[in-house]
Amino acid sequence: MDTFIQLFLSGISAGCVYGLVAMGFVLIYKSTEVVNFSQGDLVMLGAFFAVTFSQWLNGNYWLAVVFTVMAMACLGYGVERILFRRLMGEPPFSVLMVTIGLGFVLRAVAGMIWGHDPQSMSTPYSDARLAWGDFLLPVRDLVVIFGTLILSVILFIFFKSSRIGLTMQAVSQNQFAAYCVGIPVKRVLALTWALSATIAGVAGILLVPIKSAYPQLGLLLGIKAFAAAIVGGFGSLPGALMGGLLIGVLEEMTKFYIDPVLEFGVSEFSAYILLLVILLIRPQGLITSMQRKKV
Amino acid sequence: MRFVLKTSYNRDIDVFRDRVHFFWYFLLVLVMLIAPLFAGTYFQSQLTLLFISAIAGTGLMVLVGYTGLVSLGHAAFLLLGAYVHTLLLKYHIPFVVSLPLAAIACGVFGMIVGLAALRTTGVYLAIATLAFAMIVEQVIKNWKSLTGGNNGLKVSDPTIFGFDLQSDVRVFGLDSEVSIFYYVCFVILVLVLFLIVNLLRAPTGRSFIAVRDSEISAQAMGVNLTAAKIRSFSLSAALTGIAGGLMAHQIGHLFPDSFTIVDSIKLLMLVVVGGLGSVHGVIFGAIFLILLPEAISVLKGWLPQAMVYRGGLEPLIFGSILILFLVFEPFGIYGRWQKILLYFNQFPLYRKKTFKRQRSFLRTERVH
Repeated sequence: MDTFIQLFLSGISAGCVYGLVAMGFVLIYKSTEVVNFSQGDLVMLGAFFAVTFSQWLNGNYWLAVVFTVMAMACLGYGVERILFRRLMGEPPFSVLMVTIGLGFVLRAVAGMIWGHDPQSMSTPYSDARLAWGDFLLPVRDLVVIFGTLILSVILFIFFKSSRIGLTMQAVSQNQFAAYCVGIPVKRVLALTWALSATIAGVAGILLVPIKSAYPQLGLLLGIKAFAAAIVGGFGSLPGALMGGLLIGVLEEMTKFYIDPVLEFGVSEFSAYILLLVILLIRPQGLITSMQRKKV
Repeated sequence: MRFVLKTSYNRDIDVFRDRVHFFWYFLLVLVMLIAPLFAGTYFQSQLTLLFISAIAGTGLMVLVGYTGLVSLGHAAFLLLGAYVHTLLLKYHIPFVVSLPLAAIACGVFGMIVGLAALRTTGVYLAIATLAFAMIVEQVIKNWKSLTGGNNGLKVSDPTIFGFDLQSDVRVFGLDSEVSIFYYVCFVILVLVLFLIVNLLRAPTGRSFIAVRDSEISAQAMGVNLTAAKIRSFSLSAALTGIAGGLMAHQIGHLFPDSFTIVDSIKLLMLVVVGGLGSVHGVIFGAIFLILLPEAISVLKGWLPQAMVYRGGLEPLIFGSILILFLVFEPFGIYGRWQKILLYFNQFPLYRKKTFKRQRSFLRTERVH
C-alpha cells in the first residue's frame, strides 16, 4: 500500500507537467483553432532559457524565472507575428503542418545552440526532501504540483473575469463577431500565443530540476500532453489537467506493476494505448466541451 | 492555347484532357521504360527509390491533399508494411501474395486507428497516428521472437516463379546492367497512380474532396463524414504499406528504427512541396525528396562548421522547407508550374491576382 501511494504521488507530479503542457495548447486551440504541435518544444525552450539565465545571473533562481517567463512571452508573440499571422484564414490542416515544421526547427536550433547533452540547473529546492511518515517526497515534485495548481487557478480567474481573458474567449468563438464588437482580433491572437508560450515556459522551469534540459525533451512530452488533452476532452482546461494526471499515474503504475511481469516495455506506450482506448470508447473525452455545430 | 470542345459531361472528369495530353504521358512512360538501358546502376537505384517514395507519397496525398487530414505517423505504416511483407516472405509466401497482404494488413490497422481518431474531429488523427507510430515501434522492438528485436530482420530477395526480381540482367549488346526491381516498382507505381486518379473522379474520391473543403457542406450533401475519412485513411495506410514492402527490399535489413518520425516528416514534406491536392505533385515531391540529400551535402560545404557538426541540420532544413512552402507557395511545385503555364498561355495578360487566395475570418465548426 505504501508503494502504491508513493507511486501515486510521483505519478501525480509527472502528470502535472503533462497537464501543464496540455493546457498550453488547449488554450491556443480554443482561441485560434490551431493545434500547436510545437508546444512541447516551447517547453524545451523554456527549460533551456531557465538554465541559461540562471547561469548568467550566477544562480539567482527567482530572477531567472522572471526573465524566462518574459523571454517566452516575447517568443510566443513573435512567432505569431512572423509566422501565424500570415496564415490566418488558411485551412487548419496547413497551419497544423506549419506548427509541426516549427517544432522540428526549434528542436534543431536548440540542439545547435545548446548541444545535445542534458543540462541541469540548481534551484533552492533541488535536493530537499520532505519526509512524512514513511513517505519520502522530493520537494521538486511538490513544487511541480503546487506550481500547476496555482497556475490553473490564475488561468481560471483570468478567463472568468479579466478583460483580456474574456476577449480571448470571444475570439475563440467567432472571430468575425469579435471583430464587429471592436475586439482587435489579431492582437488578441498574438497575446494568446504569448500566453501559451508563457505557460510552456513555466512548465519548462518546473521541469528542469526533474528532467534537465535537452533538445529532444519536448517531443515525447508534447505527444503525451496531447494524449492528456484528448483524454480530458480537447478544449477544456480542467480536462487537460485531469487527463495529464491520469496519464502520469498510469505510467508510474505500469512501470512498477506490469513491466517486470510482461517484459514488453508497456510503460513506454501505456499513455498512447490509453489515448486510443479512450478515443474508441468515449471519443469526446472525459469532459465534453465541444459539440458539432448544427447548421 | 488549346481549347477542348466538351461534348459530354464525362469529359469534365476524364483522365486525359485530349489526345495530346495522352500522348505526353505515354511518351513519359515509354522513356521511363527504356531509361534503365542507358542509365547506370546508381541512377537506376535512385529512380527506384523515387518510385517507392512516390507510391508512399500517393498514399499520403490522398489523405492530406484530398481529404485534409494530417498524419504524423505514416512511417509506422512503412515499418508495418515492411515487416509484414518481410515476415511473410520469410515463411515462403510468394512475393505476389505477400505484398498485397502487407497492404491489407496496413489498411486494417489504418481502419482501426481511423475508427478511434476520426469519429470526432480530424485533428485527433495527427496525434493518434503519432501515438500509433510509437506503439508500433515499441512492439516491433520488444516482440523479439517474431521480429528479432533490435537485431533486425534480414529481407530475402523477392522472387516470382523462381525468378529473382532483385537481380541485374545484362541486356544483349549493351554495357549497362538493367535492374529488374526497377520495373517492378515502376509497374506498381503506374498501377497505383491509375487507381488513385480513377478513384478521385469516382464518388468515393469526390466525397474525400468534399470533406476537405467543408465538412458541413459535405454532410449536407449526404456524405458520411466518418466513413469517408476512415476510407481515405485506410487507403492511404495500405498504399504506404506497399511502399514499405518495396522499401524493405531496397534497404536489405530491417530494424525497428528503420523508419522514424523524420521519415514521416519527409513524406509530409514530399506532399507539401510537390503540391497539395494534385497527383502530379506526388511525382514532383518525390523528385525533390531524392535530390534533397545532394543539395544538403552541397550546402554543408557553405555553412559554418558548428551548424554542420552539432547535428540536427537535416531536421532543421526539413522543417524550414515545410514552413516556407506552406506560407509562400501552398500549392507547391505543381502550383508554381501551373502559374508558369498560365503565364505563357495568356502571355501579356497574366495577372498575379488570378491565384490570390481568398482569406476569411475563422468560423469554427464547433460549439462551446
